[in-house]
This record gives sequence, C-alpha cells and structure tokens, in this order.
Amino acid sequence: MIDISPSVMQFLLAFVVAAPLLGAVAALLPAPPGLKGKSPEQAVLRHGVTVTGVILAAAVALALGFDHDAPARFQATTDISWIPALDVRIHLGVDGISLPLLLMTALLFFLCALYSYFKFPEGPSPKAFVALLLVLESGTLATFAVLDLLLFFLAFETVLIPMYFLIARWGGAQRQAAAWKFILYTLLGSVVMLLGLLLIGLNSGTFDMVALASDNGRELTHTTQLLAVLAIGIGLAVKTPMWPLHSWLPDAHTAAPTVGSVLLAGVLLKMGTYGFVRILLPVTPDGMATFAPYLGAFAAVGIVYGSLACLSLARKGNKGDLKRLIAYSSVGHMGFVLLGIASMTPTGVNGALFANIAHGLITGLLFFLVGALKDRYGTADLDTLAGATGAALYGRAPRLGAFLAFAAVASLGLPGLAGFWGEMLALFGAFEPARGLSRPAFLTYMAFGAFGTLLTAAYLLIVVRRVCMGDPAARPEHPSGGAALELADIQRHEFAAWTPLVALTVLAGLWPAVLLGLTDPAVQKLLAGGNA
Amino acid sequence: MTALTASVLSAPSAAPAADAASRVQSVDWLAITPVVLTAAVALVVLVADLFVPQRRKPLLGWLSVAGLAAATAGLVPLRAGDRATFCLTTDPGACSYTADHFALVIQFLVLAGALVTALLSVTTVREARMPAGEYWFLLLSSAAGAALLPASRDLATLIVALEVASLPAFALVGMRRGDRLSSEAALKFFLSSVTATAVSLMGVSFVYAATGTLHLTQVAERLEDVPGQLDTLAMAGVALTLVGFAFKTAAVPFHFWVPDTYVGAPLPIAGYLSVIGKAVGFTGLILVTVIAFPAYSDIWGPALAVLAALTMTLGNAAAVRQSADRPNSAVRLLAWSSVGQAGYLLVPIAAAAYSDRDQIGSTVAYALMYAVVNLGAFAVAALVARTKPQNRISDYRGLYAERPAAALALAFFLLCLAGLPPGLIGLFAKVTVFRAAVDAGLGWLAVVMAVNVVIALYYYLRWTALLFRAPQAPAEGARTKAPWPVTAAIAVTAVIAVVLSAAPQLVLRFASGGLFPQ
Repeated sequence: MIDISPSVMQFLLAFVVAAPLLGAVAALLPAPPGLKGKSPEQAVLRHGVTVTGVILAAAVALALGFDHDAPARFQATTDISWIPALDVRIHLGVDGISLPLLLMTALLFFLCALYSYFKFPEGPSPKAFVALLLVLESGTLATFAVLDLLLFFLAFETVLIPMYFLIARWGGAQRQAAAWKFILYTLLGSVVMLLGLLLIGLNSGTFDMVALASDNGRELTHTTQLLAVLAIGIGLAVKTPMWPLHSWLPDAHTAAPTVGSVLLAGVLLKMGTYGFVRILLPVTPDGMATFAPYLGAFAAVGIVYGSLACLSLARKGNKGDLKRLIAYSSVGHMGFVLLGIASMTPTGVNGALFANIAHGLITGLLFFLVGALKDRYGTADLDTLAGATGAALYGRAPRLGAFLAFAAVASLGLPGLAGFWGEMLALFGAFEPARGLSRPAFLTYMAFGAFGTLLTAAYLLIVVRRVCMGDPAARPEHPSGGAALELADIQRHEFAAWTPLVALTVLAGLWPAVLLGLTDPAVQKLLAGGNA
Repeated sequence: MTALTASVLSAPSAAPAADAASRVQSVDWLAITPVVLTAAVALVVLVADLFVPQRRKPLLGWLSVAGLAAATAGLVPLRAGDRATFCLTTDPGACSYTADHFALVIQFLVLAGALVTALLSVTTVREARMPAGEYWFLLLSSAAGAALLPASRDLATLIVALEVASLPAFALVGMRRGDRLSSEAALKFFLSSVTATAVSLMGVSFVYAATGTLHLTQVAERLEDVPGQLDTLAMAGVALTLVGFAFKTAAVPFHFWVPDTYVGAPLPIAGYLSVIGKAVGFTGLILVTVIAFPAYSDIWGPALAVLAALTMTLGNAAAVRQSADRPNSAVRLLAWSSVGQAGYLLVPIAAAAYSDRDQIGSTVAYALMYAVVNLGAFAVAALVARTKPQNRISDYRGLYAERPAAALALAFFLLCLAGLPPGLIGLFAKVTVFRAAVDAGLGWLAVVMAVNVVIALYYYLRWTALLFRAPQAPAEGARTKAPWPVTAAIAVTAVIAVVLSAAPQLVLRFASGGLFPQ
C-alpha cells in the first residue's frame, strides 16, 4: 500500500522475529533507571506491553509495505547461511499466506500482554512470565516467517518450553499434569515431524521451502513422499489437533491461565495447519493426494466429535467446564480447516486459511471472555455459573453478556461475521475436491461437516441461553460461601483488549476479500508449484 | 611412550626381513607432543609429590592444570591434520600414530575435558583430603591414555591406550578413602572392565591370526579376502573386539557398572568418566569398525544399531524411574542419562555401516556437545554437593532463589542434553544424529530415538522445573561462597555452550566433512 524500501522491509521482518527474544532477555535484567515504574512487577509487565506493542507496530508496517499486487511472491526476504554443515539457512520471507497469520499473532500477543498488565494471573513473579511470553512470541512469529525446513522445526520446538512453564506455573487446577501432557505429546509429534523433514531434505538435496515448493515434489519418489507425509502429518496433526490426536488439548486449555488459553487456541494451533499448507501441499503433492481422503475423514469425524463433546458438556447437570467446552469446540473448528486442506483445491485451502484467522480471532475472544467469567465467579463450571435459571448476564452485566453472545454467534458461523466464510469455503472445497480424489468420499465428509455446523449452533446457543439469560434476581451464592456475588461489568482494560478482536471479526465477515485477496494468488501458486 | 613400545612390538610382525638400519623409525615429536606432554607432567607430579611439603600440595594440582592446558595448546600446530609417525619402514602408509583431523578433535575433547575435570578437582582434592600426588598422577595418566587412543592406528596400540586410560580410572574411583561405597564401586568397575578388555584382547588375537597384521588399514585390506577356513575366526574376532569398547561406552548390556561407579566416585571423576571414558569407548569403536573392519559391516552394523536402540531405551527408562528424594539421585540420574546419551552416540556409527557418506562425524559433533554440557552439569552438581552432600534431586529445589547463575547454567545444560530450545546446540546435535540415521535408511532406529528423546525430556525438564520452584525451607545459615575453580569450570562450560548455540557450525562442521584422510 505504501512504498517501503526492500531493505527496510527485510529489517522489519527480521526485527519482528528477533526482537521478542531480545525483549525476553531484557525482561530478566533489572529495569534501567527512569523505567522503574511503581514496582518491579509493574515495570516488567509494562515492558511486556511495550515490546509486544512495538512488534505489532512493526508487523503493521510490514503489512502496509507489503506489495498487495503480488501476494504470491515472497517479500521482505532474508537469506543468510547459518549452519552450512546441516544446510540450515536463515531464510525469512512473507507471502499472502503467512502475512495474515503474522499480523494476527502479533495482535494477539499484544492484547494478551495488555490484559496481563491489568489482570496478572495468580502465580510466581511476572518477570519470568513476561520473558516466557516473549520467547513464545518469537517462536510463533518465526514459524510463520521462516522458509527453511530445519528452521521451521526449530521454531516449532521453541514454543514448547515457554508454554510448558506458562501452564505449569500460572495455570489452574491440574496444571502439572496438563502441562506434561501438552509438552510430551507435542514433542513426540514434532520429533516425528523432524524425521519426515529430514527425509525430504536429504532426498531432494535442499531444505529450502521455496526451492522445494517450486520443485513440487518432482525429485521425490512416491514412497519417500508417502513416508514424509505420514511423519510430518502426524507431527502437524498433533499440534492442530486432529481427532484422534487431540487429547492433550482440552486439559491444556482448561488448566492454562486465560492468556495461555488465548495464545494456545489463537496462535499455537495455527502452526499445525500452516505447516500442512506451507510444507505438505506444495512439497509432497503425490503423498498428500494419497493421504487426503484419510485426512478428510479424520477431519469430518473431528468436526462431529468436537461438537458432540461440546453438546454433552453444555447440558445441564454434566458439570461441564466452559474452558473445556471451548477447547473441544476448537477441535471441531480445526476439523473444518483440515477438511479444506484435504480437498486440495484453491477454494478449500483458501477457506482453511480464512477459517484459521477467524478461529484465532473468535476463539481468542471466547477464551478472554470465559477467563473473565472465571475471574468473577471463581469457577468456569457451567452448572455452578448457571444455577437454577441461568447466569443472567444480560441482566447483571449486560456488556459482558453482549460480548459473549456476539462471540458465540460468530463462532457458530453466522453469515456476516468471520466464522462464516472459512467454513463455507472449506465445505465448498469438499463439494468439489481436486482431481484424483474420490468425490463420493468428500461429499460424505461435506455432509458430516454440514451436520457439524448444526450441532455447533446447537451447543453455542445452549451456552448463550444458560449463561446470558435467566432470572437476574436469583443470585448465585459465592462459591467460597458468604454473601451473594456482585458482578462487575466489563472493565476498561477488558474493553481495550477485546474490542480489536470484535472489530476484526466484523471486518473479516463483511469484507472477506481483504483476506482472500491476499491468500488466493499465493494458494494458486502453491498448488500449481513450479508450473505457475 | 606407549605408542613407541606398541609399535616396536608390532613392527616385526609386519616387516619380517629387513636390515637393522631400515628398522629405525623416525619419530615426529611434534605430532605426539600432546600425549607425551601429559604423560611427562604425570610423572613429574608423581615425583614432585615426594618432595613437596604438605601445605604446598595444591601446587601439584595447578601444575597438572597447567600441563593439561599446555597439552591442549600443543594441538594447535598440528591443525593441518597431515602428520603421522611410527610408520612401518617397509610400508610408509601403515602408521601406528596418526594426527589426522579425527584424532585431533577427539584429543581436544579429551584434553579440554580433563582440564575442566582438573579445575573441579582442585577443590575436591583439598577438601576431601585425598592424596594429591596420586590423584593428579592418575588423572593425568588416564588422560594421556585417552589422548593416545584416537591417534593410534594399530590394534596393539589401541589396546594399550585403552588400558592406560582405564587402569588409573579404577584407582581414581576408589579414591575416597574409608568410603565403603567408593571401594565397592572401584571393585565393580575394575572386575567388569578387566573382563571386557580381556575379551577384546582375545578378539584382537583372532583378527591377528586371520590377517597376520595389526595395522588397521592393513587389517581392512586383508579382511576383504580372508581364506574360507579362517572366516569364522575373523568374524568372531571382529565381534569380540567390539566388546571392550562397548563396555567403555557403557552400551547395554555393558552398562550395569555405571550408576554405582558414578555414585561411589568423587564427583569430578564421575564427570570425567561420563565424558572422557565414553569418548575412549566410542573412539575405539569408530576406529575398529570404520577403519579396520569395513569388510564386516554387515555384522557390526546391525549389531551396533540394536545396541544403540537398547542402550538409549534402557538408560532413559532407568533415568525416568529415579525418585527425586533418594540419596545420590542427582548423580544416579546423570549416570543413567549418560547411558541414554551413549545410545545416541552409537547411532551414527551404526549408520556408517549402511551408507557411503561419512556418518561418524555426527558422533564426533554430538560428543563435543555432550562433553561440554555434561561436564557443566557435573560442575554444578559439585557446587551444590558442597552444601547439600546428599546429592538428591530434591536438593535442587529453589536453586534459582539461592544461586541464580548456577541454576540458569544447569537449566541450560539440561535443556541442551534434552535437545530443546534454548539449548540450540543440543537440538542441532540431535538433528545431525537423526540425519545420519535417516540417511542410512535406519528408519526404525530413528523412530526409537524419537520416542527416547521424549522420555528423556521428561526427566530433564522435571529437574529443570524444580530449579525454579519456590524453595521448600528458607536457606539455613549464611550462603557459602563458591570456590573460584568450580565457578570457573561452570562459567567456561556455560559460555562455550551458549556460544555454540549461537554458532552451531563451530561443532557441526565435523558432521559434514570427512575427518579421516582419504
């Protein structure tokens, strides 16, 4: 949109990836004079807001300088040799596929830092919290910016340790077990993924994603492609998560602090689906075509399974935890993303990328809201919240209720909001899958998916009814006993953290071209490989 | 010196008839400086011990440190890697001592590792009132043997070097006077090690019988066409020779001595065994397999692959089972983890049997990484053991509050061992090992290793997380000041590990290039 010189663009991208790391180191050092703030805690939290804010600004500048007429081309590229022995190059670049994810990541981290500044989760000192948050940011941003397979693996691994500590130190009940489950499960996935990446790299002689993508798998035999897709696919599927490899996710989301859940759902899950699009589709198209029907089947089952689990959690008397419910809903939503990818058509993949962003915005918002509810009530247990008639947020905290209702309808895919387009396009993709894929199978998956949208609508409406409606006079007892609970409506900082997400959800819903215009050319080139 | 005797011993066998003049080998003294210097300082220390008064004994320690530093520096002029000495006068291609790149890298590992051990020992020897002269003599002799081993290119020198490296180690393990555990550990170590070496020696004699030579390159040539009736003998010889080295590497099923020995030994010696002891083992394995026995790669290849899988699985499984409250659990955990790590070290050697590319460089790169971070972990353990002599893992709880720098260093070392960021060098070293396995088509071994990496993460991360927990009880009494040699050892290893993480190429370049002259 605006003209920024290539070397500045280069710097901006490298800055976005590296600056959080420097910020993390700085967070561990004592504050310099003049920046001491009211207390060391406040100073370091403010440091977190500043750093993530600067990174967001840099990411926005990057998006503004991005040549929107050529989103299929990698821009702001840097290519330096780092470890010649392993053929690892520091190769960075963004195109229309990674730019939206990069922006969303920077935004969510900024909002999370802002939210923690005002509402710090219970646990040890904020110093380590901010440092870990920034390392996490660097790892996720790097995942979307790197163009080298081994560097991608490195970025993938970087998020594990910070997320482990965020859950294990600042989480809720059962946090140790959940943190262990998270890290062991995803590490196993990513090490298996490494084997696949090595297989590709050694057999084709390069680890460079751009070169591999334009090769389109011509250098690789069919067997190699099959093995590589299997290994890499398992690693990515654990992260995404794909049913039946999802079982780490509900526990991790439930136990994580609010900010951790937002980032897990909003950013970390996207790393998995991004890997499918960026690596598997262009590099190993033959292997992917063989496995696509299975991927589609797992995706369809995941959609229905996630929705059914949510329905069961939403029912009265099942002691459903709201955080867990949203976690399961993520399994369903990511099912749509995977279904779109499995169709291997431009429509489906565009839908998948759109649904990625939409899920990040909407589920991020939902986790913020549920976190706020949990802070107010001391529990996220749906039965306790709802009491006999319902929590009656409309009556008792109308703004909070409105936000929640908005997020819920956005999540169920109301046309005009972001959740609609991605899932619809993914279903369209499944309606007419790529040549060579079995159409009847994909039509079945589409039917499953469509049924899943109905179930999704059902459980989200139940949640809205039980949480937002009800008799405002029937006040629940405070869980710790004592006087009836007074509910505070939305605070200013909450408003600040949530409004951008709401605004973007509406924007993406009303003007999908702003996203699709970026992703579509890149996806076309990706699927065509060197033939484009 | 040992090289000299060995090659004089072996020379006549290969050169049956030659006149006296042509039997005299010229010796390239510069090439053998690192080994000779270490051995010479060892003797000087032993003699000086008789004349130095009791209160001046620490001088011996500093003399040894200086000697090891000088020996390490002695590697610098050799860096071209083209020197060889003790060559046969009849066949200048067959040399007993070769200072090629492989030998130099391992010698650097051994001597620098011994240097760090010596730094750690300075305090331990003084405080535990161990006999200084003997201690330093034994440490230096063992280091000299370990430094000789990677350069030796005939089976006799190899065995002699192995013995020179091991024998002093037995005595070092039993150094803690009046400690029942220590003497038991020494005895266990001694008996099992001697058995293994004897088996190895028998293997060597079989190989000699089948080929009529001890020089590795000649053995390799002659094993290509062993007469039919000697084939079984040669095969048995190959298999038996590997046993002695597998023992030193602590590969399963030769691993059982490790935990008790490490627990019984003084901590610096446990660190020494875990790094230099292992280096001796896998260097020997590499030399005999890749250089001497390539003809039988269809035998030792699968054997080593299975051995690697068993070693890492058993080591990690046992490490996971260590309960944090048991006395000495920290050392035990490091011991078992070193068994697990030995499994990773074996993977590229096994892979070398399956592919043309030079895979053993991955072992060397991994070993360099492992040496730095494992010695670092032992250095922190030695520091913590000063105030909490029980060496339990639970003693490390809240170390960050007490000694932030040491806790951060230990966390970094453990994450390097686990191979997760921020321990980048650990991560990339693992990647090279995986790469070797995938390249050689050993997919199953790579998958076993992948599972093991996850198991290992569990105990490394559990320990790491403990460092940052709130301390259970407020620190009793005043904080004791850390002795500076220990601090220096931690600082040096930590700085090297961090630098390597930023520039992994420094170590990984060995993984890509051929280390042996072609």
